[in-house]
Amino acid sequence: MKNELLEINNLYVNVGEKEILKGIDLKINKGEVHVIMGPNGSGKSTTANAIFNNPEYTKMDGSIVFENEDITNLSPDEIARKGIFMSFQLPEEIPGISVINFLKTAKNKVTGEPVKIFKFKEEVKQKMNELQIKPEYSERDLNVGFSGGEKKKNEILQMLVLNPKLAILDETDSGLDVDAINVVSKGIEMFKNKDNAVLIITHNAKILKNLKVDYVHVLVNGKIVKTGGEEIIKDIEENGYKNYK
Amino acid sequence: MKTKIEEINRNIYDIKNKDEYDFKIKKGLTPEIIKEISKQKNDPEWMKDFRLKALEVYEKLELPTWGPDLSELNMDEIATYVRPKSKITGNWNEVPEDIKNTFDKLGIPEAEKKSLAGVGAQYDSEVVYHSMKNELLEQGVIYTDMETAVREYPDLVKAHFMKCVPVYDHKFVALHGAVWSGGSFVYVPKGVKVEIPIQSYFRLNSPESGQFEHTLIIVDEGASLHFIEGCSAPKYNKVNLHAGCVELYVKDNAYLRYSTIENWSKNMLNLNTKKAIIGKNAKVDWVSGSFGSKISMLYPMSILNGEGANTEYTGISFAGKGQNLDTGFKVVHNAPNTSSIVNSKSISKNGGTATYRALVRVNENAKNSKVSVDCESLMLDDISRSDTIPVNDIKTDEVEFSHEAKIGKISDKSIFYLMTRGLSEEDAKAMIVRGFAEPISKELPIEYAVEMNNLINLELEGAIG
Repeated sequence: MKNELLEINNLYVNVGEKEILKGIDLKINKGEVHVIMGPNGSGKSTTANAIFNNPEYTKMDGSIVFENEDITNLSPDEIARKGIFMSFQLPEEIPGISVINFLKTAKNKVTGEPVKIFKFKEEVKQKMNELQIKPEYSERDLNVGFSGGEKKKNEILQMLVLNPKLAILDETDSGLDVDAINVVSKGIEMFKNKDNAVLIITHNAKILKNLKVDYVHVLVNGKIVKTGGEEIIKDIEENGYKNYK
Repeated sequence: MKTKIEEINRNIYDIKNKDEYDFKIKKGLTPEIIKEISKQKNDPEWMKDFRLKALEVYEKLELPTWGPDLSELNMDEIATYVRPKSKITGNWNEVPEDIKNTFDKLGIPEAEKKSLAGVGAQYDSEVVYHSMKNELLEQGVIYTDMETAVREYPDLVKAHFMKCVPVYDHKFVALHGAVWSGGSFVYVPKGVKVEIPIQSYFRLNSPESGQFEHTLIIVDEGASLHFIEGCSAPKYNKVNLHAGCVELYVKDNAYLRYSTIENWSKNMLNLNTKKAIIGKNAKVDWVSGSFGSKISMLYPMSILNGEGANTEYTGISFAGKGQNLDTGFKVVHNAPNTSSIVNSKSISKNGGTATYRALVRVNENAKNSKVSVDCESLMLDDISRSDTIPVNDIKTDEVEFSHEAKIGKISDKSIFYLMTRGLSEEDAKAMIVRGFAEPISKELPIEYAVEMNNLINLELEGAIG
């Protein structure tokens, strides 16, 4: 039984004319927590967007394989249906659609199965409670007028509801206060099990405090310059990125 | 990432019945034709004279020099009067089967049973069904076809007919005055609150013809009413014309909600005129959804004549390929402490054009009035158009005025966000558009809100079947 979930091979990505990723390799197995750290502009968010085949990012070379299937050129919705989730740095506001209806639609689309509405609502209610999201938010328009923290908690709620095999969290911690960060890491803790994996993309270490991390990759100027364990986090906290070129 | 839907399947709306009729006037517009229509309709003498005068006005007036190009309209190619092979009845079983089937599929008899206090159904030029619940009859409410009203309530009709919308307003109102046929007449007596809506539905089946229904509603002092109007037609290759007229008299302390959902076929020129005169502390709410037609020029108007009168306009239009929907709202503040609120949205796609054209006039004596206008447009691609053309004529300083206009394209970032949650590109777009329309659709009667969502899905997902 192979445990491999995601494999990125020699990935080159451009945004417009500009080369951002310059040959990335990454392997993620079931049950692992990976972290990509790096200074601003190093290509962290590009990695997440490229996995999801965001049309604003152009893959120049390389491949992405998920559960032994080449997903390099699948559309974002197909990728979602394979069991990958991405939490956005800046979640979009969608007026006129309530959080609960959105979750219901997304769950249905991702699983391809009808959602039993009563049971589903109970489940969502309970998860919202654990993430300290006020119950009335389920009827509010998706992300509209939410604070930065509320939006991020809403992303984590979506992750828990959709229950993907691989969750990519793109700068989920940026701009959050300590309480919100604690709630987010609690959400990750709730999500995590031996059959799924988490890829956290961040430029600071706060979110990682309460989490057990298996691998840390340091991304500088479009290349992974170092892979190691939690000791790297401590080093970056103390010294920044000056040791990584 | 491109959606390619040329023509949507409008299923039920496109069901064509055979062009069968009891009488169809020859095409064109002459005094002889008008006299023949008048004779066929058994008009009283005053109405015949009125029609002929209106025709004279029509001939003098020019086509509008602004807005969509109407040059393809040739009145010599339009039959202005088509009498269906059916007499008016209050019993659906007496309506000829193919006509009844059409209204069945549009859900009218079903809605009547479930949620309406009265129903009128017009097919081509004449009303084929009209009925109202007994309790409204007992309260003195009148709800009939316009022809019956002309015969049975001549004084009420003479005092109001084309007084709110005079024939010299514009060319197509004059045309309407000359050839009008069908429509509904409503009178709600003082203090009577009609709790359940009444609905008139207008269906045009005959090719190369026009529909010119007249709706006259009087809501007397302290009374209230919700009136729903629906309209549709199957598509033909040549132009059809709709030039209806709606006159609303809402007296002191009265309330009227006027809801419309218009889904004309895409060969229809929809040149409709609607106006309300609103008394002291009275209120008129307009709710309007425009989806169909090739060209629409439609600007409901509220005239706030009584102190404290107020009006609210909530409208949405959806312009697809080959459509030019020029809609908006006009309001005149003629008294102190009056207020108006506009909330308008438009969506354009596949090269469609949606224009919001509006007039706000606040006269000198309208001290302490409030005006709030909010319009938003969403373009789904690079080839569609959206414009906002407001005219504001404010003659007093003592007015609170706000105007917000937003024109935007559907966001690729939003589409991507939703796609990462498993929605296909079409689903994502439909969700964004439905959400954009939601503040309007929630104001529509529920069946129409559902219908509007279905229309949006059809437009965006190109359902086949």
